[in-house]
Amino acid sequence: MSDDSRSLPVVQDEGIPGEPPEAAVSRRAFLQTVAGAGAAAALAACDVESSLRRHFKELSKEEVERLIQKVQRDHEARFGKKDWKVTARAPMPGVEFGYGLDLSRCIGCRRCVYACVRENNQSRDPQVQWIKVLEMDKVRGVDVIESDAYYEADAVPRPGKFYMPVQCHQCRHPPCTKVCPVKATWTEPDGITVVDYDWCIGCRCCMAACPYGARRFNWATPGIRAEEVNPHLAVLGNRVRPKGVVEKCTFCIQRTREGRYPACVEICPVGARKFGNLLDPKSEIRYVMENKRVFIFKEELATRPRFYYFYAT
Amino acid sequence: MAMYWRGRLAAAAVATLCTWPVAAAEPARVSQPKAQPEAEKKEFDTPAPPFALGLFPCTGCHTEPGNPQKRDLGFHDEVQPLRHGPNRWCLDCHDLKNRDMLHLTNGELVPFGESYRLCGQCHGDKYRDWRVGVHGKRIGYWNGKKTYFLCVNCHNPHAPRFTGVETVMVDGVPAQRPIPEATRPEPRPRRPQEIR
Amino acid sequence: MHANRIAVFLRGCARLVSRGGRWYFAWLALLALMIVTGIAGYARQATHGLIATNMRDQVSWAFYIGNFTFLVGVAAAAVLLVVPAYVYAWKPIKEVVVLGEMLAVSALVMCLLFILVDTGSPQNMWHIFPLIATPNFPSSLLVWDAIVLNGYLIINVTVVAHILYKLFNGKAYDKRVVVPLVLLSIPWAVGIHTVTAFLYNGMASRPYWNASILAPRFLASAFCSGPAILLVLFQILRKTTGFPISDEAISKIAEIMSYAMFVNLFLLGAEVFKEFYSATEHSVYTRYLFFGLHGHHAIVAFAWIAVACSFLAFLLFVVPATRRNIYTLNLGCALIFAGVYIEKGIGLVIPGMTPDTLGEIYEYTPTATEWMVAAGVFGVGFLVYTLLVKIAVPILDGRFQAGMDVPLEVAPEAKPAH
Repeated sequence: MSDDSRSLPVVQDEGIPGEPPEAAVSRRAFLQTVAGAGAAAALAACDVESSLRRHFKELSKEEVERLIQKVQRDHEARFGKKDWKVTARAPMPGVEFGYGLDLSRCIGCRRCVYACVRENNQSRDPQVQWIKVLEMDKVRGVDVIESDAYYEADAVPRPGKFYMPVQCHQCRHPPCTKVCPVKATWTEPDGITVVDYDWCIGCRCCMAACPYGARRFNWATPGIRAEEVNPHLAVLGNRVRPKGVVEKCTFCIQRTREGRYPACVEICPVGARKFGNLLDPKSEIRYVMENKRVFIFKEELATRPRFYYFYAT
Repeated sequence: MAMYWRGRLAAAAVATLCTWPVAAAEPARVSQPKAQPEAEKKEFDTPAPPFALGLFPCTGCHTEPGNPQKRDLGFHDEVQPLRHGPNRWCLDCHDLKNRDMLHLTNGELVPFGESYRLCGQCHGDKYRDWRVGVHGKRIGYWNGKKTYFLCVNCHNPHAPRFTGVETVMVDGVPAQRPIPEATRPEPRPRRPQEIR
Repeated sequence: MHANRIAVFLRGCARLVSRGGRWYFAWLALLALMIVTGIAGYARQATHGLIATNMRDQVSWAFYIGNFTFLVGVAAAAVLLVVPAYVYAWKPIKEVVVLGEMLAVSALVMCLLFILVDTGSPQNMWHIFPLIATPNFPSSLLVWDAIVLNGYLIINVTVVAHILYKLFNGKAYDKRVVVPLVLLSIPWAVGIHTVTAFLYNGMASRPYWNASILAPRFLASAFCSGPAILLVLFQILRKTTGFPISDEAISKIAEIMSYAMFVNLFLLGAEVFKEFYSATEHSVYTRYLFFGLHGHHAIVAFAWIAVACSFLAFLLFVVPATRRNIYTLNLGCALIFAGVYIEKGIGLVIPGMTPDTLGEIYEYTPTATEWMVAAGVFGVGFLVYTLLVKIAVPILDGRFQAGMDVPLEVAPEAKPAH
């Protein structure tokens, strides 16, 4: 039994839950961030190599290898020496990822939001978060217009409320990839919709098209401190994005293509998050779909998500 | 009234499972039953039960078989009154003769690391869901080895209604244990007008 | 030989635009100021990113795209004036065509600039080009829009350049070139506006846009705002350059506009009925627009002002007496322009995204940077139109041809209509 199967990323020696991440930022660290962002911006401006390369899907094996090296160089230049591991792993054959979220369990603690931010190198400032947890009234049911993503409480779940985390639904008929003018975003054979950050023009059509509010724009250069960066990177996943491009949940592509659970699944303290291979009849996600009451968010839009809400009880 | 229950809950937690004297916020080292009596292969890979330091093995104190008579105890105040269904008492689950083991209704002894079998006797639907990974939590590999969190990683067996959990290290492995306090949510996201 | 003639033509154009009266240069200076402002704003935006705007994930398209949409309408409607020019056999048909197409060219320049300033990574813009990159055709409506807008730009530039070049050389324009292109430009004008409408219309995630009435409403409102601009321009040109357009023609345009205004109001009414009578959760956007939601009222006043402007303008245009009176006519033009500008710039984009797809309300207002960049884009557009008119008018009325001196009295000056 190796310890690396115990991969729960919940023990943090920094970033105490309950404290806003920015509160921990010292002035010096902040200045470093600013300086780093400035340098990165200057770098991005003359990043001819990224701007001139071909579409990711047209790259040969060697070119992908060069891209991986370039991504590592860029990260090293900005964040310094780290145990960098840059990947561009192909989808596994016979795998189509599916996700289940148990609405009867979720307590709205937002642990998933911040585990995702840490795992996927989202910008801390300006704040980018791929998961949004909606607080809803039990008497109203799922009613987004009356929902509240900004609830604050001493303890959750609050009486009379239930919680619905929303993130990319990895649709089978994704409206976002359909509208992209340059094919900078597409769905991989394993069902993950990815973005080629070097290809995106930042027109934000996909954000207008997404019914789940799942896509995020880098309104500025992502602000992340060097010690916060997760060095395990995927080229089409959690590498630090340039400014002016769209990003989104990739089911933690850098983890799941290596067989591991996404970070949000592992952090969830109540086990409300389920993940697995839809093509494997023995997977937990298939069990959920066959044995539980499943509901599809905005089913009428026929996006056919690979993300299912369910009620275990 | 609420305070009363809160107090009781805290007391219950203190006792068996999950508290230690001082620093509750700090992930504590937890002792693990060394080498189970039976070396048989476990059906599920689970973390060790999150005992409080020094509590296990029970045979540390219970050296002899005690009084099997169902009664109100004058000790183990932390778990009394037991809030786990009506008419339960210690020896429904804990074994009289081998204090370091639990026992099923048929008398079969079950180590603490397999307590799910005991829980599953009554909570069959939850047990079924747990086994396939739908109730409760698993970490590890979606296509391979998984660590199943035990029932008692989230539910205090002496007061099983879920309140909250916290992360602990059990023999160097991250796991979690139930706590009587409800969970405080992480900070709310910044509103768009606050992002400048 | 031919290249030489083109050089002569271009030199002639340069001479035309480089000479003019005090007002002309004052106007150019003002435009230069606007453009410099825009460059400063854009420099700031390029440095910091689009965070310099007030767009956020919740409202990810806003002022720039609103202006873009409005200007597509202007570009489309300008050319649609060619239809009445043909139908009523106006005498100055070629002037109407050329001025309308030049307006379209300027509007298109602004459209493309607004798209450019709205993109987060303009250095990647080349990814949309065919052959060298990966345009998502035919799936992406933005690619369609890029095709039709650029195609429209090429058509209009070709027609204008051809007519002016031929006249400059003292020849009649080639009907085999101009007539098919002008005829093509008419359905193409409908096309650019329809495609732009479909850009929004195709977003099933945004019920406010995902209504089949959207494209017809786009066209109806464009038929109101585009001619309104041309009517005022015609009057300015008539005053400053002796541009030969009759009261009769102006009155005809006004009459056509009154029909368009009626259709525009009718379609608005149809939409309002559907939204409020059925009162589904999809009507929340229209409710936000007209009444506000959860205490957020930022655009309610604008919404009602737009409706009031459109309605008043319709009254002024539908009553023959006020339609023929030049003052009330111009007031009507101003009102309908304002009405449509608010409707497209604010009333289309903002409620489409407010509340967002997860029900969040973020009340967007443009930042100073956005105003500056928009001023710059409008500055470029006005500059393009000013220079084109400065070149075109003397060539069109035959006062300037190859070998002639620049006529002194033909400086179109940016005076108000009166």
